[in-house]
Amino acid sequence: MKKFALSALLLVAGTASAGPILVTGAGATFPFPLYSKWFAEYNKAFPDIRFNYQSIGSGGGIQQFTNGTVDFGATDAPMNPDEMAKAADAVHVPTVLGAVVVTYNAPFAGLKLTPDLLAAIYLGKVSKWSDPALAKVNPGIKFPDMPITVVRRSDGSGTTYVFTDYLAKVSSEWKEKVGTGKSVSWPAGLGGKGNEGVTGLIKQTPGSIGYVELAYANQNKLPLTTLQNRDGNFVAPSLESTSAAAAGVQMPADYRVSLTNAAGATAYPIASFTYLLIHKDMADQAKGEAIVKFLWWAIHDGQKLAAPLDYAPLPKSVVSMVEKTVQGLQVQGKPVTLAAAQ
Amino acid sequence: MPQPSDTTAGVGPSPLARAHVSPWGDRAWGAGVSILGGSILVVAGLILAELGGVSLVAWKKLGLLRFLFGSDWDPVQDKFGALPFIYGTLVTSTIAIVVAVPVSVGLALFLSEMGPKQLRRPVGFAIEVLAAIPSVIFGLWGLFVMVPWLRESVEPFLQAVLGFLPLFQGPMIGLGYLAAGLILAIMILPTIASVTLEVLKTVPLALKEGALALGATRWEAIRMAVLPYARPGIVGAALLGLGRALGETMAVTMVIGNAPDIHASLFAPGYSLPAVIANEFAEATGDVHVGALASLGLVLFGITVLLNALAQVLIRAVSRGMSRGAA
Repeated sequence: MKKFALSALLLVAGTASAGPILVTGAGATFPFPLYSKWFAEYNKAFPDIRFNYQSIGSGGGIQQFTNGTVDFGATDAPMNPDEMAKAADAVHVPTVLGAVVVTYNAPFAGLKLTPDLLAAIYLGKVSKWSDPALAKVNPGIKFPDMPITVVRRSDGSGTTYVFTDYLAKVSSEWKEKVGTGKSVSWPAGLGGKGNEGVTGLIKQTPGSIGYVELAYANQNKLPLTTLQNRDGNFVAPSLESTSAAAAGVQMPADYRVSLTNAAGATAYPIASFTYLLIHKDMADQAKGEAIVKFLWWAIHDGQKLAAPLDYAPLPKSVVSMVEKTVQGLQVQGKPVTLAAAQ
Repeated sequence: MPQPSDTTAGVGPSPLARAHVSPWGDRAWGAGVSILGGSILVVAGLILAELGGVSLVAWKKLGLLRFLFGSDWDPVQDKFGALPFIYGTLVTSTIAIVVAVPVSVGLALFLSEMGPKQLRRPVGFAIEVLAAIPSVIFGLWGLFVMVPWLRESVEPFLQAVLGFLPLFQGPMIGLGYLAAGLILAIMILPTIASVTLEVLKTVPLALKEGALALGATRWEAIRMAVLPYARPGIVGAALLGLGRALGETMAVTMVIGNAPDIHASLFAPGYSLPAVIANEFAEATGDVHVGALASLGLVLFGITVLLNALAQVLIRAVSRGMSRGAA
């Protein structure tokens, strides 16, 4: 009994004093490895601030953020107007960029695709590797007479959202028949669960083609397809070409913009932001301050940790925009002084 | 504590005397057991009510019949039909039962009647190990070992021999109904085999001895004395296995191909009810999408209830047929 009373006392004391601040967040799985690194590093620098992040998926992140069960959310796709209506004070803060790459399992290397060809393959219209349209774009490759097995994600996913968003932009037929979404009605192919499920299917199925995140593809040394971008150049997916995509887009004030098929000579065409969702004016003094200071750290020091983990850092032009956004965040109606962190 | 005296009183001759000893203990015990028993009804009722409540949006938007018998699944345009998933669940479970029941019954017979004593232990142990393997391991093994084997050996063979049937036509990619059905067969095999084994152990020795004494061979004794006696139990065991096959999620989603289509060919990719719920629920944000997924849960619930009812009828019919045959 004594022990219980004691721990209860300690608990009360803990919440009352300015002890460790626990900030909770939930959402996207894609940036989870980077975010855990960030939270760990930040905790080393500021031991009294702890972050607890649950990677439950973008949809769940938006929901929990809107319901107020977590202090911040995280999502790959920006909130749509319906979701914004339920959380009017939500601010999108882009943290890093990701790219979706096309990988394949076939007896050749260095595949190049045009937007039309990629859409035709995923629409099921180009269904053999021996299709003359493929040979025209890839004069150096001798294609085998093999059926193309299309592989895509079976689970609802931000990766699928970005990929279908790109296809809808470059193919009117895709836009009309399939559209953009985290789960869509696929005209062709097999579904695998998660990046690892898609990769498993591709490795197991000769003649298959599929899409995964750049970070996952790099870590697993998957063969990558070079894609033709909006300027007509063939661009290999890399961290640099992904960052370049964000530099070539007219950035709106709330960052809710699609980066797919971006302009720019070196821009990789299937790129996207991943965001943290923050309340414009936070009610809890200690937590609010901690979040704003962390964001400031994340867009400066944090960016250096991105590339080693295969995430593309924000381009300079975007960082200077996000600085203003973070400075505009308020705690109990007042801005947070960031001079120390700067 | 009054309970020990209760139990000794229970053995006593007069029920009235027992009631005198401790009416409160009895009543409390009775009430406690009723609460525990009733809680299962409450849990089932809550699940149904919650699923129904979430589903309602989808039914209103789509219409119940169009949802049940529709075959398009398009989350972008909020069009949802359950038929491909119902079809996939039923087809894969049927394959599983067709493959697993004969093997399991044979296995159980081997263990109880035919097998050499030294082999029974290790085989019985292997069955128990099989039952304890997590389903994701079956899925991984299926994807990396069984699917390539199906694609390169089994499916070409089936197509060459039985290719005239629509069941075995079309491109051979390894993933699909056949792969999912076979994985399920392996997964439900230990359940069916161990229950069947228990059932076979209850066959009276006198029946077997009688058959053998009349000059029956071992096989004839099994066919004429053992199997008829055990039939209701074997049917029950099969239905227990079927219940597991219907609800299996992880292993199925890894090898079925996850394409919401309906194909006659077993080589084609399909989808199952639990698989689509697990895949899409986490990132479903629209109310209608969530409602449609919850409705699929209700459909799965309904199929299980129907099958259980069918099992009762079947077991009764089988045991009635048996007693008539014996008479």
